[in-house]
Amino acid sequence: MDHLDRLEAQSIFILREAYKKFGKLGMLWSIGKDSTVMLWLAKKAFFGHCPFPFIHVDTTHKIPEMIEFRDRKAKEYNIELIVHKNEEALQAGMGPDKGRLLCCKALKTDGLQQVVTKYEFEGLILGIRRDEEGSRSKERVFSERNKDSEWDYTNQAPELWDQFKTDFPKGNHIRVHPILHWNEMDIWTYIEREKIELIDLYFAKNGKRYRSLGCAPCTGQIQSKAVTVAQIIEELKTTKVGERAGRAQDQEDSYAMQKLRKDGYM
Amino acid sequence: MDDITREVLNIVVVGHVDHGKSTVIGRLLYDTKSLPEGAIERVKKIAKEKGKPFEYAYLLDAFEEEQKQGITIDTTQLQFRTDKRDYVIIDAPGHKEFLKNMISGAASAEAALLIIDANEGIQEQSKRHGYILSLLGIQKAYVVVNKMDLIEYSEEKFQEIKQEMNEFLNSLHVFPLKYIPISAFHGENITMLSDKMPWYKGQPVLQAIDFFEKDKGLEGKPLRFPIQDVYKFDNRRIIAGRIEAGTLKTGDQILISPSNRVTKVKSIEYWAAQDKKGSASAGMSVGITVEDEFFNQRGEFISHSHDAPVTADIFKVSLFWMGKKDLVKNKEYKLKLATQEVECEIYTINKVINATTLATLEDATSVQTNDVAEITIKTKREICFDEFKNNQNTGRFVMVDGYDVCGGGIVTGLVTERQAVSTLSKQDAEMVVHCFDEYYYVFAEGGIKKIQATPRSFTIGDTIPTTGMTYAYPEDFNVLDRNKNLVAKIRKSKLEDVISFNEYQYDAKPMIDTQGSYIRINSAEKFKKFTRDLEKLRQGEQLTLTTVANQWFEFMEFRQIRYLTVDKPLTIEYHI
Repeated sequence: MDHLDRLEAQSIFILREAYKKFGKLGMLWSIGKDSTVMLWLAKKAFFGHCPFPFIHVDTTHKIPEMIEFRDRKAKEYNIELIVHKNEEALQAGMGPDKGRLLCCKALKTDGLQQVVTKYEFEGLILGIRRDEEGSRSKERVFSERNKDSEWDYTNQAPELWDQFKTDFPKGNHIRVHPILHWNEMDIWTYIEREKIELIDLYFAKNGKRYRSLGCAPCTGQIQSKAVTVAQIIEELKTTKVGERAGRAQDQEDSYAMQKLRKDGYM
Repeated sequence: MDDITREVLNIVVVGHVDHGKSTVIGRLLYDTKSLPEGAIERVKKIAKEKGKPFEYAYLLDAFEEEQKQGITIDTTQLQFRTDKRDYVIIDAPGHKEFLKNMISGAASAEAALLIIDANEGIQEQSKRHGYILSLLGIQKAYVVVNKMDLIEYSEEKFQEIKQEMNEFLNSLHVFPLKYIPISAFHGENITMLSDKMPWYKGQPVLQAIDFFEKDKGLEGKPLRFPIQDVYKFDNRRIIAGRIEAGTLKTGDQILISPSNRVTKVKSIEYWAAQDKKGSASAGMSVGITVEDEFFNQRGEFISHSHDAPVTADIFKVSLFWMGKKDLVKNKEYKLKLATQEVECEIYTINKVINATTLATLEDATSVQTNDVAEITIKTKREICFDEFKNNQNTGRFVMVDGYDVCGGGIVTGLVTERQAVSTLSKQDAEMVVHCFDEYYYVFAEGGIKKIQATPRSFTIGDTIPTTGMTYAYPEDFNVLDRNKNLVAKIRKSKLEDVISFNEYQYDAKPMIDTQGSYIRINSAEKFKKFTRDLEKLRQGEQLTLTTVANQWFEFMEFRQIRYLTVDKPLTIEYHI
């Protein structure tokens, strides 16, 4: 087994644990590269089936191509898709002009919380990775959230030998992180090896491409000539810029992500 | 595509609080140019905001609270590369109250760096962490003596620390491969040999770690495939799980424990075309179909028949306890080992060890937070496992108290003073029998008393005591063990064979259960019906043991109850 085989086997093991342990389980699909890899891993884990719904928290500020890609792939992969918007906040006019962190909190964190409450999810699968940013690096594979989706990161239960947290009070839920141990390069080399179709926003047009995908107003492009996955891999080998450098909400203050994630952000 | 085939090694960095773990890691990341551009600027900005000079350790302290307290509160995983391979580096907190985080980090590591402050010397957590490395089975360790600048790069002081730590670690069967003197703050002996310590003849840290060798050879060990789940999404019935050791091939004859059934691997399933394969080995998450569709469930172990795991409900372990509440006797805990979950209790606390001094307490009644203990565990039902020394993946477990994992441990041994019983066996197939026990009505007690037969193990060819004081079986009969799914054939009063129930074909000989009850089977048709009832009972479908037993079992067929005036301590000798 090589490095990617090991990563894949571990992720499949985690997905199967989640499916076995949680009656109400859903997977967050942001249309980005990481959660699209996760979707692929789910197809492998369950031999072509996806035995739980996929959730897209739609802020309505997403880049339009993302919605088109989402609907096309959902049909192709034959998955059950839940699209949720925080209608209340949207009607009140929420947007990044009200403050980026406020907007993320309302449209993403609160939107997600509404989905959890509505569908009574016990387990939510998310495609976060430890190498993305500081607070994610401290995550557990099975990470508990209270009924308000809050994360008590100062008091996390031990997690060892792939014995995950599966006991918790009713009303709480578990965030399951099957690709926590992957890094950005792993994701791209895996996409290349498995030939997974990605949204084309990742590939350069007119000298620019997206390295990380989010909402249109808060996501910047990078200078790039990479038009294939292999070229992106080459580009990543030499870059010294952080993956999420183009994500405006991260840069709001030194602890932006920590604050957002404590309250239940992805 | 060299990135795909590059080797990755997980290293944990442990040590007492403030001995410089984060500084060492920050320095390794900086010197290998592994930091993203934003990181240094961000940390410099934070340091400036707080009016502090920049330190490499800040790179790791992502949380506000950590920077306030100056301690790493949780494990962090960071990556860097050398020419040889990629490293995932795990920073584990040194503060005592964060021991559970240290263990969470260290548990996934293959090698360890134990950091000791040259100035402060060996401290409480240095020793505790050393102990935990030994319990986690991490044999590949270097001791890194940091802050050499504070002791003027003294060789003498370094040798003192080395000797003291070596004595301690060796007593735990941890044998550090190297001792490296460094100053992380000044970058001495990190990437290059330091000219401040010309007496040091080894390698700097970044070269030394390339000498750690990855574990190999799990594929060649006996097969261990714990069932994780069984899927019926389509017409396939797929047994899914991760192979923890060994190799499995299509067509292999396999044994499923503890139910003791034998079948063959029909196929190894896949979704993506590139994943089609005829064999699978340790580390892979796979799904198989088998020829006989028994009722399989999560937790059962698949192995090859000749190399089965241990099946037992009592065993000795070494354990570290992280619970807020003490570990005590007479309380139920949940034990999780591979994919098995079972209620368990502490049978005996054999020894509690202070992980710092190694002082032992022989008559402890409880195990407290951060203690290490040797205990004997009794599980509610039999589970499958291996001793840790034979197989790490199937020899370790966690214990859950309430909602949280509170302890982790390794199986160190079996309980040899097994409850004495009589057995019928052929190689690994062994059944415990009570059919030679005698029953008396004891006047003094006004009731029936069972007197156990002298424990004896019978193997193939041995003569069986078919007639006792209160029982008489025919010369030819069969004994059925429902739990282990085995049938022992007794012919001309000798044990002829022990076979799997699935292999047994109705042979018109009387059959008894292990207690000696006659089973009312007198035709092939009845045998078929009985087999169906057993399967229903096993699957918990409507039928209870009471219903099945009353319908099929006849206790008195081959027995009689004799009278005794007093209850004298009898042992019954066989009359063969």
